[in-house]
Amino acid sequence: MTQHFPALLIIIPLLSALLVSAMGWIDRRWCFPLAVASLAGALAVSIGLAAHVMAAGPIVYKMAGWRPPIGIVYVIDYLNAPVLVVILAVALLNLISAKVWIEKDFEDKMGAYLGLYLLFLSGMVGIVATGDAFNLYVLLEIGSLTGYALIGLGKERAPLSSLNYLFMGTIGASFYLLGIGYIYIATGTLNMADIALLVPQLEGSGTLFLALIICMAGLFVKMALFPLHGWLPNAYSNAPSASAGLIAPLTTKVMIYAMVRVGLTVFTPAFTFARPLLSEAIVWLAIAAIVSGSLLALMQRRLSRMFTYIIVAEVGYMVGGFWLGNKAGVTGATLHIINDAAMTLTLFMAVSAIIWKLGSDKFEDLQGLFGKMPFTMIGFVIAALAVIGIPPTCGFFSKWYLITGGINAGQWGFVAALLFSSLVNAVLFFRIFEIAFFEPFAEGHGHHDHGPVFNEAPVTMVAPLLIAALSLIALGLYTGDIVTKLIQLALPAGIA
Amino acid sequence: MNDLLPLIADKYNYWIYIVLMMLGLYAMIGKNNLVKKIIGMNIFQTSIILFYVSIAYKKGGTLPIIMGDAHGGGHAAVHAADYINPLPHCLMLTAIVVSVATLGVALALAIKIYRQYGTLEEDDINHQIRMQAGQ
Repeated sequence: MTQHFPALLIIIPLLSALLVSAMGWIDRRWCFPLAVASLAGALAVSIGLAAHVMAAGPIVYKMAGWRPPIGIVYVIDYLNAPVLVVILAVALLNLISAKVWIEKDFEDKMGAYLGLYLLFLSGMVGIVATGDAFNLYVLLEIGSLTGYALIGLGKERAPLSSLNYLFMGTIGASFYLLGIGYIYIATGTLNMADIALLVPQLEGSGTLFLALIICMAGLFVKMALFPLHGWLPNAYSNAPSASAGLIAPLTTKVMIYAMVRVGLTVFTPAFTFARPLLSEAIVWLAIAAIVSGSLLALMQRRLSRMFTYIIVAEVGYMVGGFWLGNKAGVTGATLHIINDAAMTLTLFMAVSAIIWKLGSDKFEDLQGLFGKMPFTMIGFVIAALAVIGIPPTCGFFSKWYLITGGINAGQWGFVAALLFSSLVNAVLFFRIFEIAFFEPFAEGHGHHDHGPVFNEAPVTMVAPLLIAALSLIALGLYTGDIVTKLIQLALPAGIA
Repeated sequence: MNDLLPLIADKYNYWIYIVLMMLGLYAMIGKNNLVKKIIGMNIFQTSIILFYVSIAYKKGGTLPIIMGDAHGGGHAAVHAADYINPLPHCLMLTAIVVSVATLGVALALAIKIYRQYGTLEEDDINHQIRMQAGQ
């Protein structure tokens, strides 16, 4: 049974997407439990796989029994096993937390919405699990197309934001496809492991170098690296709350995973990091992303918009860390994929609970929130501390690796940008704590009798939020194990 | 000029795809009408499909169908050089499906936008959004 787990990982969300959409026509009450059950099943499979990888090493699954490099393989190794678990856990927690939203916004479209939700996941899981460069493109488009639909289902400006996202996303994916074409011209194969075997013989190949640049440019558009981030804030802040909580933590992080995968196991570190000028230029782009993302976040007056600019800055963390090209930097970038997915999920679930109760996430409406929604705010505070990077939350540890990487590489601009961004994050979040904790008392002028009234979000929202918040601390406490038992084994020998 | 012409003539398939790609990109960035932008996006995707199809070609190559003799058996040896490469074509079947799906989603969004704002001109839509924000 275990041997077919990599296939099950894709098949469970894919088939249940069909089943749930069909169930939408028959009996809508079954849609939600079915979706939760299938995600829980897929999560169990991914945990089983991760345990197997940790015990017995990487698994190569030949789809339909075709041998590589002819057939398509799915590879579960030390790099993607933890990412898979995180993706499915994020999706499951967000689905439970978004239950009330889905029932309210998509009451008559329950089957279709949950079908899209599951299809999106099969795309994301597939991108992470596949060992074939072209297959990655197809799954990328499955994930993106469903993502556009999930965002476009929202009200007001959502369809327009979604169409703009679609334009940029298509450019990004097309560039990736073009890059794969050049890889194919140079190597004649699409299997990732096979390409990696041939790359050392093509050391000075201009075609392959062009392929690297085009692939990376495509992925940079997809992950919204500054200055290609224009689509992200509108798309994520106008999306329906249920979709925002799914797409914001996953899409950019999965694209960064794709960058790590393509850089490390397709092109091999020796080729990817061979040109100091290219690496240097990308690290400076990442620095620009961190600084501008942080500054733009400062200018926002709505929680969800502020978070979207924090995502822009966090993308800079991971891209910069990876392109430092040293062990600590790449470790930090990979670790931050996991941590940032969990942090972003917690932030977006908290804001979704706040909007559910207040109908708004504008700063001026947040007054007295600690009294009204204490449990939501506990989750929010833990997530905020993680984003700022305060131990023992997980954000501290990945930032620690990233800064170590910057120091080892002598890239002081990156170190300064990381510290600057932490400082700005502290300002951002303490400003909100001040509004939410102190403001009504300051304005009260003696009218203390009608202070904030306890009015917490439903338990289906608060429970996943608190679980996610606790996981931020757990991820922080187990950082050592994650790094030594998974990520460091995933790094190829070429990285010093 | 003498160097440039052979460069263009020898690799004309690449030049065609680059020109088409830039046309598509120009339409996506420069045009004001959303449907024109969507058409530009489709040209952009098609240029990459043509690129893939053209790289499969071999001089003197024929269709990659291996003919059996009258008794049903194949020839003893297949010379790969005689046949054009079928793999990029197969890949593009998938890419065409993807681009059709993208077009469908984009047009569906355009319909939704038209119902909402009564226009597909980006200027007008942005104007309406600014008016709403101003109120």
